[in-house]
Amino acid sequence: MNLEILGIMVLWTFLFGYVIVASVDFGAGFFNAYSLYAGKQHILTNIIQRYLSPVWEVTNVFLVFFFVGIVGFFPKTAFYYGTILLIPASIAILLLAIRGSYYAFETYGAKGHKGYSFMYGLSGLFLPASLSIVLTISEGGFVSMVDEKPVLDYWALFTSPLTWSIVVLSIAAVLYISAVFLTWYAHKANDKDATELMRRYALIWSLPLIITASGIIVELRDHNPEHFANLLDLWWVFALSFLLFIGTVWLIWKRKHYGRAFGLLTGQFALAFFAYGFSHYPYLLYPHLTIYDSFTNEAMAISLIVAFIAGLGLLIPSLYLLLRLFLFNKDYVTGKSDPY
Amino acid sequence: MFNGDSLFYSRLLTELTLSFHIIYATIGVGVPLMIMIAQWVGIRKNDEHYILLARRWARGFVITVAVGVVTGTAIGLQLSLLWPNFMELAGNVIALPLFMETFAFFFEAIFLGIYLYTWDRFEDQRKHLMLLIPVAAGAAFSAVFITIVNAFMNSPQGFDIVNGELVNINPIIAMFNPAMPTKVAHVVASAFMTSAFVLASIAGFRLLKGSDHIYHKKALFLTMKIGLIFSIATAVIGDFSGKYLADYQPEKLAAAEWHFETSGDAPLVLFGKLDNGEVKYAFEIPKALSILAYSKPSAEVVGLDQFIEEEIPPLYIHYLFDIMVSVGMWMTLLSIVFLLGSNRNWTFVHTKWFRRLIVLGGPLSILAIEMGWWLAEVGRQPWILYGIMKTSDAATSSGQVDLMLVLFAGLYIILAIGSVVVLSRMFRSNPVERELEDRQAEKGGVVR
Ligand code: HDD
Ligand code: HEM
Ligand code: HEM
Repeated sequence: MNLEILGIMVLWTFLFGYVIVASVDFGAGFFNAYSLYAGKQHILTNIIQRYLSPVWEVTNVFLVFFFVGIVGFFPKTAFYYGTILLIPASIAILLLAIRGSYYAFETYGAKGHKGYSFMYGLSGLFLPASLSIVLTISEGGFVSMVDEKPVLDYWALFTSPLTWSIVVLSIAAVLYISAVFLTWYAHKANDKDATELMRRYALIWSLPLIITASGIIVELRDHNPEHFANLLDLWWVFALSFLLFIGTVWLIWKRKHYGRAFGLLTGQFALAFFAYGFSHYPYLLYPHLTIYDSFTNEAMAISLIVAFIAGLGLLIPSLYLLLRLFLFNKDYVTGKSDPY
Repeated sequence: MFNGDSLFYSRLLTELTLSFHIIYATIGVGVPLMIMIAQWVGIRKNDEHYILLARRWARGFVITVAVGVVTGTAIGLQLSLLWPNFMELAGNVIALPLFMETFAFFFEAIFLGIYLYTWDRFEDQRKHLMLLIPVAAGAAFSAVFITIVNAFMNSPQGFDIVNGELVNINPIIAMFNPAMPTKVAHVVASAFMTSAFVLASIAGFRLLKGSDHIYHKKALFLTMKIGLIFSIATAVIGDFSGKYLADYQPEKLAAAEWHFETSGDAPLVLFGKLDNGEVKYAFEIPKALSILAYSKPSAEVVGLDQFIEEEIPPLYIHYLFDIMVSVGMWMTLLSIVFLLGSNRNWTFVHTKWFRRLIVLGGPLSILAIEMGWWLAEVGRQPWILYGIMKTSDAATSSGQVDLMLVLFAGLYIILAIGSVVVLSRMFRSNPVERELEDRQAEKGGVVR
């Protein structure tokens, strides 16, 4: 394996981590706001707060890791994506700011301020939308070079069906992932009402998820035939991913093994995410930028990888501790031990 | 082709975001150490007051961390969004500390989550205290790594440019550049100093508002003591920073000192006013600039006459430097008087007007931080990478930066108001006196 591929694998893996943990977070915020609106707040809020409060900052670092890492491994992305993403990324920062401050402000200050909860919930839908735009842009066709500077064609971007299906997919995925996770979490907390409610949401959102996911593959055929052909070569991975999806839905339907259902879900998304990544290879931005012409020098690449391995040595035990204390700890989950 | 407007607005937005982030970041670097010290003293002396102190500081800390994280994420992305050309170049050479910083954050974030939610989970308080070590270390190392990046911008090394191509890149040499030791040490020491005086401000404020509780007095004494130690450290290291400048960025020092002609026995000019190139109304300390620059009264200090006009930074940085140094001296003096006075029972240190000065100390220290960064950054102009890339060549070519500036200004106003309101409400609705009673009642006995 060469350094370029190693670098992008590391980043892609962290991005996958972000997709999963952030989806749980975004979706939870939305369900929280929705339940407030539907008057079912008593059922959900407790569960959601318990899970989210200790981990939100960790979720954010996954993202920071990705965007710092990509500039480190592929400095030219700073030039291309930095120039074109000014508006979408700034909007994403604003939305992230709403979420980040929510925990702190809500937990202590304006407790139960409804407006803030709604904004928070909505930001959970807009964020995947604004972040997934980057994936759409990377498919090519929206960026042209003027005076050797990349320029983004917003009109083409916002009138493309591909954009909107990716947006819908990202939202459906967020709600589905989150609902499955919270079903499991509520179940562990012995909270019957919350489990039932989340289970229903999980089943509801499974359908749009799978429809949009298939739709996007079809749209890519017209938009980016090269990428489409690469995707078809990996058809068996997507087939496997689909089987895992069926497995998750079946378990949830049967009210069995929620933990295992979430495991299958992680597998389903991992397969699809990595297959998508491989089929995108070697482009970072069709057709302007590949991982080879944007790669950093060898000295930097090696030192980044060494730093990464050392960093993992530090992080993995700590993450394990965090999970053990908050996710797998019966007393904490069921609310028997009191946070500060 | 060149877009002057987006350069102007990119500068403004960078200045705004960094100036805002640095307030919360400084507190984020320093406060974990303060919490640690308080909790440790509490355990050692078996004194409930210090434990509660740690606990209440930690609660407030959550709010400032949240804003620090949010604005930090903003600046992290904005560096690429606003300065794509710079980041492309810098990414090749100085990405390593930036990358290591994310691990420091990660580490801090994980243990902060654990620490905050496990106050009463451990029988042995010392175990709980242990959880704070990674938080404090993570925060301090974030500052160390990001300051290394900034030091690199001031004295880039670790690469060669041949025909416009970067060659012979060595990330380690780039990290250990000449600006790094003084800069890192000064930033970390000043963060500890500022955090201590900000917390002293709060205790002073409570006492000023009529509370006479021993809890606040203990808090004040502890924080002033820590503040004194770090304000001395800050001043000493600041002196080394001056020596670094004399060697590597003499035009920054000369501009900060209004030192126009190269000469020996150079005086230190304090404040004053420029009138057609003449310094007026200034307070001069003979030979002090030579001492600051080279530790020798007769040493020759390079003046602005040695530089072409385009490479001389704006002269207003003189005031920034003076304000920073004045605050440093003033806070050292104030904390010495307070500590001596408390030990020797000089009653005036407990009077209202003295406490007002203490309350003022927190905001003043934050002001010094801002002034110091503006001095360092504006003093580097016109360079973004000293001697290699001009700021004007680094900015983005996209045209909507002004709109983004308005959006972010709005965001920061909301965050500033929100964090102040939430913090003050949090402590007002739950005063120490009541919390102490609650905790005693819970334990069913008298503490101490
Ligand atoms: C509480 C804050 C504080 C206080 C009291 C001082 N400083 Fe400072 N100073 C900083 C906070 C700071 C800073 C925010 O940390 C800076 C900005 C960039 C940097 O490297 O540190 C800084 C920069 C800075 C620089 C520029 C370094 C560069 O551009 O590379 C010099 C020469 C000094 N300081 C010198 C001093 C001296 C002689 C002081 C005497 C008391 C002093 N500072 C007090
Ligand atoms: C957190 C403390 C910091 C503050 C308050 C600060 C403040 C400033 C200010 C006021 C300028 C404007 C100079 C001018 O235009 O006249 C500036 C420039 C700049 N700084 Fe810093 N800075 C800080 C740290 C850093 C660090 C650590 C980095 C890099 C990693 C950095 C990157 C830049 C860049 C790219 C510019 C050029 C843009 C400009 O001129 O505005 N800064 N900074
Ligand atoms: C260009 C300069 C800077 C960049 C790009 C930057 C980046 C960031 C980012 C991305 C975060 C959020 C991390 C998270 O998600 O947990 C953050 C927070 C933080 N930053 Fe900055 N930062 C800069 C300047 C500084 C400086 C100069 C200091 C210290 C002197 C500093 C200290 C911190 C600390 C301690 C935090 C953690 C939040 C807290 O505890 O309040 N940063 N920064």
